[in-house]
Amino acid sequence: MWEILQTYWLYYLIGQYPEGPLGGLALTLLLAALALVLALPVGIVLALCRLSPYRLLRWPVTAVVYVVRGTPLLMVVFWAYFLLPSLTGQMTDQFNTMLAALVIFDGAYLAEIIRAGIQGVPKGQMESARSLGFDYLQAMRLVILPQALRNMLPSLVNQFVSTIKETSLGYIISLGEVSFVATQINTQLLTRPAEVYLLLALTYFVMCFSLSRFAYWLERRLAAGASHPGTR
Amino acid sequence: MNSFDVSMLLSGQYHDWLVSGFALSIKLTLITLVIALPLALLVAVLRLAPLALLRAVGVVFVEAIRNVPLLAHMLFWYFGAPEVLPESLKAWLYERDVEAASAVIALVLYTAAYMSEDIRSGIRSIPKEQMEASRALGFSFLGAMRLVILPQALRVTVPPLIGQTLSLWKNTSIAMVIGVAELMYQAQQVESASFRGFESFAFATGAYLMISLVITGASAWYHHHHPVRSA
Repeated sequence: MWEILQTYWLYYLIGQYPEGPLGGLALTLLLAALALVLALPVGIVLALCRLSPYRLLRWPVTAVVYVVRGTPLLMVVFWAYFLLPSLTGQMTDQFNTMLAALVIFDGAYLAEIIRAGIQGVPKGQMESARSLGFDYLQAMRLVILPQALRNMLPSLVNQFVSTIKETSLGYIISLGEVSFVATQINTQLLTRPAEVYLLLALTYFVMCFSLSRFAYWLERRLAAGASHPGTR
Repeated sequence: MNSFDVSMLLSGQYHDWLVSGFALSIKLTLITLVIALPLALLVAVLRLAPLALLRAVGVVFVEAIRNVPLLAHMLFWYFGAPEVLPESLKAWLYERDVEAASAVIALVLYTAAYMSEDIRSGIRSIPKEQMEASRALGFSFLGAMRLVILPQALRVTVPPLIGQTLSLWKNTSIAMVIGVAELMYQAQQVESASFRGFESFAFATGAYLMISLVITGASAWYHHHHPVRSA
C-alpha cells in the first residue's frame, strides 16, 4: 500500500490537475463543502415553508421533502444527469450535475434538521421578538435562526460527514473524485485491488472520523455552555 | 422529448427488466435485514459488555464501517476482498453470483453498524437500576440482558430501526456499481436500450417512493399503537 501511495499520491490528491480537471481528494472535499454551503440556504427556506402557517407553502414543500427523502440519492443524480441538459438545452458537466443533486438532496435533509432546530428554540423567544415590534421574518432572521443554527452546529458537522460520503456517488457519472481516481489507479495496477480499495476506505475514514469526533466535542461544549447561560 | 409512453412500462421486455430489478431490490433488502439485525444486536451488546476488550471490538466495528461510504464498501468487497481469498474458494465463489454476495456483505455490515447504534441507545435508555436489580437477583450479564433489558429496550428501538430499514432500501441502489441487476441498474439498462430515460426513471422513482412510503407508514402505525411510555 505504501508503494502505491508513493507512486500515485499526487494523482490521488488532485487528479490530473493542473494538466486536466481537478480531481481526487481535493475534488471530494471541494464538492462536499460547496454542496453543504449551497444546501444550507435551501434547507432554511424549505424548513421555514414546512413551518409556515400557510398551507399553500407548507403542503407542496412537505411533499417535495418526502419525495426527495424517499428516493435514493443515486436516483436524484440520474434525474439531474438526464434532465438538466434537456431543460437547459446544454450539456451539464459531471461536477455541476453532482453538485445540483447534492444540493437538492442535502437541502431536503437539512430542512428537517433546521426545522427541529427552530422548534427547539423556546416559543417565548418568538413571542417577545414579535412584541418588541419585529415582523415574522425579522424575528426569524435576527432572533430565532441564530439560536437555532448554533444548537444545530453538531448536526451540521455530521451532515458534512454524510455529504463527504455522498460525493462518492460521483463515481457513477465518472466524476473524478477520490473513489473514481482510486478505481483509475486500480486499473493501472490491475493486481492489487484489495490494497487500493483499503487505502480508499482509510482515506474516507480519516476524514469522516475526525469530523464526527469534532461534532461530538462541539456537542459537549455547546451543552456545557447552555447550562451556564451567564458564561456565553 | 417525445410523449410519455406508459405502455412500455406496463408490458413487454422493458417492463420485465424493471420488475425483475424491483424484485431483486426487495430481496436484497430482506436478506440484508435478516442477517444484519442479529449482527447489530450482537455488536450493541458487545459495546456495553463489562470487558474493555469486547467494548473496543464493538467500537472499532461501528466506527470503521460508518465512516466509509457504502460505495467504497461495495468496491472493496467486490474487487478487493476476493483477491486475498485462496484460489479454490475464489473459483467456487465466481461460479456463483459473486456480485450479489459482495453487495449483501457490504449492505449487511453497513446496516448492522448503524442499527447497532440504535439498539445501543435503546439499551442505554433503560434505567441502569434494571441491570443492577437483575444482577442482584443473581442473573448473569447475558441473562439479565436477554430477559430483562433487551425486551424493554427493543420496544424503544423499533422506530429508529424502521428508519434504518428505509435507508437500507434506498442504499440497495448503490449495488448497481458492482453490476447487481437491481432496480437502479435495470432502469439504466432500459434507458440505454430504449432511449426512454424519462419513463424508466419515473418507474424506478415511483417504485422506490412506494416502498419508502410503506416503510414510513409502518413507522407511523407503530408510533400510534405503541406510544413512547415515559418512565
